[in-house]
Amino acid sequence: MAFQHKHILGIESLSREDIELILNTGDAFKEINGRDIKKVPTLRGKTIINAFFEASTRTRLSFEIAGKRLSADTVNISGSTSSVVKGETLEDTAKNIEAMAPDIIVIRHGHSGAPHYLAERLETCSVVNAGDGAHEHPSQALLDLMTMREHKGRIEGLEVAIVGDITHSRVARSNIYALSKMGARVRLAGPGTMLPPGIERLGNVEVCANLLDAIKDADVVMMLRIQLERQSQTLLPSLREYARFYGLNTENIKLAKEDAIVMHPGPMNRGVEISTYVADGIQNVILDQVANGVAVRMALLYLVSGVESMQTQ
Amino acid sequence: MAKRETIILDQAGVNRAITRIAHEILERNKGSANLVLIGIRSKGDTLAGHLNVLIGEIEGEQVPLGAVDITMYRDDLAERGSLPIGKTDIPFPLDGKHVILVDDVLYTGRTIRSAMDALMDFGRPSSIQLAVLIDRGHRELPIRADFVGRNVPTSREEQVEVVFTDDHNPLEVRLIKP
Amino acid sequence: MKAMLIRGGRVVDPSQNLDDILDILIQDGKVAKCGKQLKDSQAEIIDAKGKLVTPGLVDIHVHLRDPGLEYKEDIGSGTLSAVAGGFTSIACMPNTKPVNDNHTITRYILEKAAKEGHCRVFPIASITKGLSGESLSELGELREAGCYGASDDGKPVGNSEMMRRAMEYARPFGMTIISHAEDLSLVGSGVMNEGPVSTELGLKGIPWVAEDAATARDIMLAELTGCHLHVAHVSTKGSVELIRQAKRRGAPVTCEATPHHFTLTDEAVRGYNTNAKMNPPLRSEEDRLAICQGLADGTIDAIATDHAPHHIDEKNVEFNIAMNGVVGLETALPLTLKLVQDRVIDLNRAIELLTCGPSEALGLPVGGLQVGGDADLTIIDLDRKWTVAASQLNSKSKNTPFDGWAMQGAAVCTIVAGEIVYKLD
Repeated sequence: MAFQHKHILGIESLSREDIELILNTGDAFKEINGRDIKKVPTLRGKTIINAFFEASTRTRLSFEIAGKRLSADTVNISGSTSSVVKGETLEDTAKNIEAMAPDIIVIRHGHSGAPHYLAERLETCSVVNAGDGAHEHPSQALLDLMTMREHKGRIEGLEVAIVGDITHSRVARSNIYALSKMGARVRLAGPGTMLPPGIERLGNVEVCANLLDAIKDADVVMMLRIQLERQSQTLLPSLREYARFYGLNTENIKLAKEDAIVMHPGPMNRGVEISTYVADGIQNVILDQVANGVAVRMALLYLVSGVESMQTQ
Repeated sequence: MAKRETIILDQAGVNRAITRIAHEILERNKGSANLVLIGIRSKGDTLAGHLNVLIGEIEGEQVPLGAVDITMYRDDLAERGSLPIGKTDIPFPLDGKHVILVDDVLYTGRTIRSAMDALMDFGRPSSIQLAVLIDRGHRELPIRADFVGRNVPTSREEQVEVVFTDDHNPLEVRLIKP
Repeated sequence: MKAMLIRGGRVVDPSQNLDDILDILIQDGKVAKCGKQLKDSQAEIIDAKGKLVTPGLVDIHVHLRDPGLEYKEDIGSGTLSAVAGGFTSIACMPNTKPVNDNHTITRYILEKAAKEGHCRVFPIASITKGLSGESLSELGELREAGCYGASDDGKPVGNSEMMRRAMEYARPFGMTIISHAEDLSLVGSGVMNEGPVSTELGLKGIPWVAEDAATARDIMLAELTGCHLHVAHVSTKGSVELIRQAKRRGAPVTCEATPHHFTLTDEAVRGYNTNAKMNPPLRSEEDRLAICQGLADGTIDAIATDHAPHHIDEKNVEFNIAMNGVVGLETALPLTLKLVQDRVIDLNRAIELLTCGPSEALGLPVGGLQVGGDADLTIIDLDRKWTVAASQLNSKSKNTPFDGWAMQGAAVCTIVAGEIVYKLD
């Protein structure tokens, strides 16, 4: 079955078959990253705008490399250099960009729902969500799944612990959807101030009382980045205490399965949510995640391009 | 309306053709030194495997075998949409090698063009030679095969299908009229 | 002025327990007679057979945006929207530019309403100057100028001492203090109800306790001061229960609920629909059912629209930065009648909630059809089926969450002081 999604707005709207197709396509594209000449002509002549209205280094770089390796022309605009600061609406900004006839807009935005807003208003371009507010970050979840599948050979039946600030995490939400659809089980842990109501309704989710319950016998332990400014927002007493109760270290990681892998969406706060020894330990697959990020984003850009072509026929 | 199928090459015929191609490849290249076989997915790679077995039987040693998926190099994304992408697997350098590119049916030549583009991304082979089981004509690009199992005149409306058994052995070649 | 005879309608006036097929004779803008088989050869005859005739509907929570924000609405367009929805009296909130915190602004509103308005307008004063929460508005003069109540609507009076003093000061002037009950520290940067939907959409939530805590405080202050407190746009189960208990104790408390809160839940926000963004936010189904219960058992005194027009530019943006509020004047009646169709309340209760309920909550001299009183009437066709089209609304703003909804029931004729101000077909 051909891929039907012109836009990638979130994992919520994807089926298990869609996710499998994306991961398989990502696997196929991954080979390119090991070549001497890391470029294929697949999206030659396509223009991809990376519109990042919120600071990001890694995701933007990853999308940019993905586009370039597929021979698309990629252009980056960021919140500080675009006219967003001049009081233009997101719709006007987007329509102006669209008038220059790009094929795909990759958008990162601080407001939840901004990619949906664009997708409703743009006529020809595909919209790929690179993270919207505290809503979804689909490409991150897909690269996480790709990494899990590589290391564990499967996703079905995995016990995945996600620990940290669930309330503000789009990575957590997208992973909950993706893992649940693929038959894995998610256990969540975090400070009481960072566990949003009803999170268990998003999928196959168990909210655990503490970090230890969440990581016990887990196949995968995913630590979320804690935003350092949360201390000043009445959510945390101190990073020191956070590290003590919700940080992954060489001791508590022993509770997870012996062959468990440790993941982090980056950038890491060493010594806060993850100790340096775990971050550099043999169980960590964080750099594999980064590498797979390029492959999975190539897959997304390729797959949405095909849908757009068919619709304009 | 039922489609009409004719068998244009039976199993023995296919095997004879592949065997002949194996001999011709070795003869042309004066043995198997510096030779590599790369099959085009999803049928050329199976044929390449069979060719390699025959080469091994003749020379006493098989040559490096790879597979290329040309989907990323297609020129028809706009017409066909995003087709599933198979894995390209060329785990050896191509620099200075004589590459035998293997496919089941040679038709417009566009697949071969794509495959050659792909190969160039893996290095600088000394030569690329093309081996196909069937050449059905109707080229749209200046491409010709170096080794051909059987030339089959066809019309554009017809289809040529190389059929394999469940365990990937060649069974027969069918000509399907609309 | 020509006399008018409204013939054969089912007259429902809950203020006098009236529900009968009657004729109404209007002379000089007043209800002259009400009875069977009335005759007047001079009068213009209006056939109301098969229709409902009620006191003119009253909405005590409207934002007319005039003065200062006329690009959203003005007194002309807002009152036209009102009469199209069957309303003959509306109370308008003081969060205009400048704020209605002195009698000059009140006079401006009343004069413009007399000149350009289509229905009666009762301005609400601000509790504090400039809605700043810092010092009291001149409530005495504002009352004199025609303000029956005071509210810092849109902003709660955060300082409890200030709210206490406002109630103490307003009481001898007979003014109602209207509470926009919200604890802002609990609201934070929230943009919708806190619950599973906000979690799913990744939007910051506003917990129910933000409303309940503030409602509880204001009820207690009303009991302390003896001032009449009216709680605006009740949206939570907890607030309904707090008010129910307060009324049982005999506290001087009334409250209102909006059609959107008794019709919709936070599920309507899905898709980041900015026309489902309002304050207080759409709540859970449990809250919605509690509002319905409150409407049925008398805890809630009035249905009020919180008609809050916003320009398309203020809604056609990301959810987080969209303005709060929806227009409601033209959809309130059919949504209330839907409660009757759904057997949540009976027809008489529905009319009560739209007429004498609100007028008594604010002490307005309207809401009934007493002989000798002002002839404000609404003729309603209960069977009329129609579809809401946002673009066709009389309001300047089109921000309704009910666009495309199939409705049953409409005001077909709206009469203010004996004059037809709106007629359908």
